[in-house]
Amino acid sequence: MQLRWLPMDLHVHTVLSACAELEMLPGPIVERARALGLAGIGVTDHNSAENVLAVSEAGRRAGVAVFAGLELQAKEEVHILAFFPGAGQALRFQEEVYRQLPAGQNDPRRFGHQLVVSADGELLRENTRFLQAPLAWPLRECAEAIHAHGGLAIAAHIDRPAYGLLGVLGVLPPGLFLDAVELSRHADPAEWTAREPALCQFTLISSSDAHRLAEIAAQTWFRVAEPTFEELKLALQGTAGREAHILAVERRHVQ
Amino acid sequence: MTVQQIVDALGLKVLSGDGLLERAVSGGYASDLLSYVMAKAQPGEVWVTLQAHPNVVAVASLTDVACVIITEGIQPDEVTLAKARQEGVILLGTNEDTFRTVARLAALGLEG
Repeated sequence: MQLRWLPMDLHVHTVLSACAELEMLPGPIVERARALGLAGIGVTDHNSAENVLAVSEAGRRAGVAVFAGLELQAKEEVHILAFFPGAGQALRFQEEVYRQLPAGQNDPRRFGHQLVVSADGELLRENTRFLQAPLAWPLRECAEAIHAHGGLAIAAHIDRPAYGLLGVLGVLPPGLFLDAVELSRHADPAEWTAREPALCQFTLISSSDAHRLAEIAAQTWFRVAEPTFEELKLALQGTAGREAHILAVERRHVQ
Repeated sequence: MTVQQIVDALGLKVLSGDGLLERAVSGGYASDLLSYVMAKAQPGEVWVTLQAHPNVVAVASLTDVACVIITEGIQPDEVTLAKARQEGVILLGTNEDTFRTVARLAALGLEG
């Protein structure tokens, strides 16, 4: 099978994330991704996958692959991305995640609205759960639950002081099984590998963590046959000729 | 004791809420995990943390703490500051660490 190098951005939020802009609707997201030449995007809202189906549908129309994901917040207030073979598995996993959420509702005035929309961007409902909160699962249990559901676990923006694995914990916890490690869009992989040599044991990716359309970016290229979950898994494993490399990092503008 | 008195005594930098500093302070709480702050910080307390992202403002507003002292010289970004101004949340900055800051607050007579 012919392998190709395809850019993909695995960390994109929609209007379901309280902190995302209202422009983060399925159509505009996939159009922006297509304009950037992205073969695929990951939909990763906080502790929820309720907009995955809508973005997947919009992606089918636009010819952009959509990976069904969530961005979990572990008990340690560290973020971890979870990807599943399809929306069905992601939504089943979400049911388990919801049981780990604290009681209480989102306060939209303080945290922002959590909107569930159709592929056309119509408002279907507002999610009232407190999705910006940490789960009862610590990191290790997050990773175990993801894998028990056949998913991939990727530590998110590990360099960031807020919600990043290295930023919050300071070290890579031994025995935490991860399929890959994500650096935030400004982080230089060479610099971070030098600072934390243990990162060499992981496949590194860089994604945008886009909360606005303009933030979606092509930073990591995947050598795969097709932009599918199975191929993504092989690329993160670095097997069967598949691989993933960070080829561009957005330079931070000096003010 | 007011926020203004704490600002003066510790030499804090007022990052937001400079018109609101006459608010009374009843005690203090220190943690960097927002879930603990939400569960334990009381209205009117000073919250000491090194976190400086937008959710800090949301949690400060939710718990109605008197002010937030951000330690270690960490500077909140513009999104966080704009949100703090909009919500009327007082953010104060210090170059000292959390332990030293809490020790100085305790020396002023504030209790946890």
